[in-house]
Amino acid sequence: MNALNKMLGGRQGVVGLLILATLILVVFPLTLDAFRLNMVGKYLTYAFVAVGLVLCWGYGGILSLGQGVFFGLGGYCMAMFLKLEASDPESTKIQSTPGIPDFMDWNQITELPWLWVPFHSFTFTVMAVIVLPVLLALIIGVALFRRRVGDVYFSIVTQAIALILTVLIIGQQGLTGGINGITDLKTLLGWDIRSDSARLLLYFINAGLLFGCILFGKFILNSKLGRLLMAMRDKEERVRFSGYDVAAFKVFVYCVAACFSAIGGAMFALQVGFMSPSFVGIVPSIEMVIFAAVGGRMSLLGAVYGSLLVNYGKTYFSESFPELWLYLMGGLFIAVVMYFPNGLAGLWESHGRKWLSGVTRKPATVIASPAPGITPTPALADKKAASPLEIQP
Amino acid sequence: MDSRLTGPTRFFPRRLALGTAALSLIAASVFSQMTLADDANTTGLAVTPTEVTVGQLHSATGTMAISETGSIQAERLAIDQINASGGILGRQIKIVQEDGASDWPTFAEKARKLLVNDKVATVFGCWTSASRKAVLPVFEKENGLLYYPTFYEGLEQSKNVIYTGQEATQQILASLDWIAKTKGAKTFYLIGSDYIWPRTSMKIARKHIENVLHGTVVGEDYYPLGNTQFGSLINKVKLKKPDVVFAAVVGGSNVAFYKQLKAAGVDSTKQTLLTLSVTEDELLGIGGENMKGFYASMKYFQSLDNPNNKAFVEAFKAKYGKDSVMGDVTQAAYLGPWLWKAAVEKAGSFDVDKVVAASPGIELKTAPEGYVKIHENHHLWSKTRIGEVQADGQFKVVYESELIEPNPFPKGYQ
Amino acid sequence: MEWLSEFGAIAAMQGFNGLSVFCVLLLMALGLAIIFGQMGVINMAHGEFLTIGAYTTYMLSTLVQTWCPWMQPYYFFFAIALSFVVAGAIGWVVEWVMISRLYHRPLDTLLATWGLSLVMQQAFRSIFGAREVSANPPEWLMGAVNLTDAIEIPRNGLFVMGLTVLMTGGIFLMLYRTRWGLHVRATVQNRIMSRAVGINTRKVDRMTFALGCGVAGVAGAAFTTIGSTGPTAGSLYIVDTFLVVVFGGAASLFGTIASAFAIAQTQSLSEFFMSGSMAKVLTLSIVILILLMRPQGLFASKVRK
Repeated sequence: MNALNKMLGGRQGVVGLLILATLILVVFPLTLDAFRLNMVGKYLTYAFVAVGLVLCWGYGGILSLGQGVFFGLGGYCMAMFLKLEASDPESTKIQSTPGIPDFMDWNQITELPWLWVPFHSFTFTVMAVIVLPVLLALIIGVALFRRRVGDVYFSIVTQAIALILTVLIIGQQGLTGGINGITDLKTLLGWDIRSDSARLLLYFINAGLLFGCILFGKFILNSKLGRLLMAMRDKEERVRFSGYDVAAFKVFVYCVAACFSAIGGAMFALQVGFMSPSFVGIVPSIEMVIFAAVGGRMSLLGAVYGSLLVNYGKTYFSESFPELWLYLMGGLFIAVVMYFPNGLAGLWESHGRKWLSGVTRKPATVIASPAPGITPTPALADKKAASPLEIQP
Repeated sequence: MDSRLTGPTRFFPRRLALGTAALSLIAASVFSQMTLADDANTTGLAVTPTEVTVGQLHSATGTMAISETGSIQAERLAIDQINASGGILGRQIKIVQEDGASDWPTFAEKARKLLVNDKVATVFGCWTSASRKAVLPVFEKENGLLYYPTFYEGLEQSKNVIYTGQEATQQILASLDWIAKTKGAKTFYLIGSDYIWPRTSMKIARKHIENVLHGTVVGEDYYPLGNTQFGSLINKVKLKKPDVVFAAVVGGSNVAFYKQLKAAGVDSTKQTLLTLSVTEDELLGIGGENMKGFYASMKYFQSLDNPNNKAFVEAFKAKYGKDSVMGDVTQAAYLGPWLWKAAVEKAGSFDVDKVVAASPGIELKTAPEGYVKIHENHHLWSKTRIGEVQADGQFKVVYESELIEPNPFPKGYQ
Repeated sequence: MEWLSEFGAIAAMQGFNGLSVFCVLLLMALGLAIIFGQMGVINMAHGEFLTIGAYTTYMLSTLVQTWCPWMQPYYFFFAIALSFVVAGAIGWVVEWVMISRLYHRPLDTLLATWGLSLVMQQAFRSIFGAREVSANPPEWLMGAVNLTDAIEIPRNGLFVMGLTVLMTGGIFLMLYRTRWGLHVRATVQNRIMSRAVGINTRKVDRMTFALGCGVAGVAGAAFTTIGSTGPTAGSLYIVDTFLVVVFGGAASLFGTIASAFAIAQTQSLSEFFMSGSMAKVLTLSIVILILLMRPQGLFASKVRK
């Protein structure tokens, strides 16, 4: 019990987790209509990526600007399965080759490409959603970290990979649906995913998986690995000279982040009903970094709030003040990076926690061991974060 | 019981009270009869006795905003004109505008919002194929109605969509025939941006060139969207010396492509070029002098000389400024509300199924492009024109086809 | 025989095309390389500084057309100079307000400048409209020079080439022949020691950043002759530019030149034999593969972090 408690980040961590869980599992489903809830579900799929980024960027110091690649891979795997199911010979009988996805037919493909064949199997698809992105992350990670490539290099290389994948997907439209993506996904194993009830269920599955990822992240951060990651980020050389294989840890945490992103992508395809290259490229990849930065790069829970808030803001402002939106988004990004490097979680840490401990009548524990929910790093604990804003979840 | 309601009866003689009651009953029943007869308020759509709500779904922000602004303006103009002339079935049109933000899931989301939450009677919207593909399942599931204005690749036909732009064969075949005949063209070089519309268009063009015109395609190239380096391509064109360069390059690439062509000395005196993707809107960015003498194939040009078009251009400029230009898509977007009005009035109802059933055969003799008619397959019968680019950024119409039947699933071209 | 000479002509033009792509890449990458090499900062808003240059040229072109058309043949030189000044000045302000507060956090600079690029893009959109605009380059820049009957060289390509040589040469001179250059090089090698011997490294940084942005502005002005000018025009070039800098290895101007050359020739050559999309994928993949094997770039500095 004690171990579990510690894993969740002590009393504070449990409270934080419970608040978020209440918000996502109770408050949203009760207060939002089916349409808005589905949108929240979509935002939460981005939260997977943001949570992964907290691990590899906030703690590991690896800023990947190509997380969209993994999000996309996961999403495309799932979308391929769903598309095959939607393209049974009966519903595609007007095509010149019935039984293959419609866009292949438009591209004069008369036979299902070998790449698609295994995606008839749901088991294979689920495995591919996880394995393919992790494999790619492994290759990239090993190649780059083994050679001790610098931070900025890594960011640029991952960004270029995002670009390559986008160009490739768009160019191979017979295989991928091109820029339109894979659309018109209808059923999952015969279950209509477009109905409101299905969307509700998917929302909860999505939320459940997200909490699974958060807990897994907490588990990693509270293990010895978590402390090593932070040590590496702050003084990589020292860790290396202490005899640790720094590269292996980096590769590991990068793969975990990739895996989270891919799950998010797969859930995205299921909830939104299509997948397109516009979620793979450079811009979405950087936007996902914003979510993590706004929520707080050191906070797994903060990443979820960040994703929800920024996306809600995006929807709201782009509806009401489309002109202002980019100013706001850009300004937010600059402000967060410059003045609140720990994001919402940092603000909560410096203000909200006092309030919370007043409520729970428990003195806030001074953080000696990492309480990953909302720990500022020594390097980034920014005194400037003193703002009258009080963030309450 | 509220005394304010029951109150007056106390002061009225009983008979009068009864009479009033009877009268009001009759009035009520007549009134309800009237609304029932006159309307399909029972459809569950946002229709009141004085107002009907429609949706408008375009990108007002993001990369596509450049292209879609014209459509937004044209649709608004048409709706304003309809409202000024008394509306539809006695109702004024109210617009709910949503921004797709150049992002396909947002389009799907907003389409759902318009249909489910706002219960709009119809939607005018979308520009790119990708956005249309994204919203199509939503329209089919919620049984909405979409008027889609862009010329596009075809290979689609939905009960829930009326396509007011040309599909690929309408735009391509007649113009290829014309250029083969007047220029004696035998060899063609096909160039496009790399996505579905150029690729499908080029596929159709290739089949037509090889099977019908008995010419040859000497090269076919696709460049990523946004590419700005066309040097190698221009050299390849110089090497192959095709009779005609057939181009469907879009967006920012367009400007780079034509500027570099001109810089490389490839102008209309040395090379015939026919494009599918340059309207007056694009010419603003490219600059007429950079493309002078090249040809574009469209169903509409701003310079068309007919009374309908004169009125349209005048109204558009009066509303949006004298410097505004109207391209093919802008005109097609303008047709949407008018076609919908005609169909609703023919059906006598706003009900989507009835409007869809009434649509085939609807004619519009007031269209700026002249005359259009909705085909059974929900596309429009329309003419194709070839315009020659002038230095001032306008086109001179050099050819006009007969009315062409839309054929989104062309046999022998797939 | 005729076929052979024609082939030779095309090969020559294709070679020239490769060179011209090389110059475009180099011109873009120069500014970024100076900033990156000097400060370790990746300026994600680099593309927007390029766009500033392009819009400056556009405005001047419009002004000239309206007020003094006789200037038309010469205005372009003023436009280039003005672009340099405007972009450099804005860069100077940005360094002062933003970058200087983010030292020791290179990754954060990357993110903050990306935010800046969003704001700038929207600002362009608000000011100039979302539509692409076209600066009118002077007549003498358009068209081609006929070297022989078959070999035609685009003039704007020649112009960009000349400009690139001039800029590169200028920067080399500034870095290796001026006192400022000495300071810059000293700061790159050892910031703390430089400060100790009395170099005002903050001032050096600010000047370097402004210079880098100014060079981007010049590139933007030059690109109005070959490409489009719109709010997002700069972002089209940005990834290529990053790759050039990273591929060349930081802190090495020579590396940047070599890498721009290699990437441009690969791109240009592969474009000739395959579709443009696939050429792009091929080029980028080769670069990434080499980077995976040699992550510090072609010409890495010997200093290990």
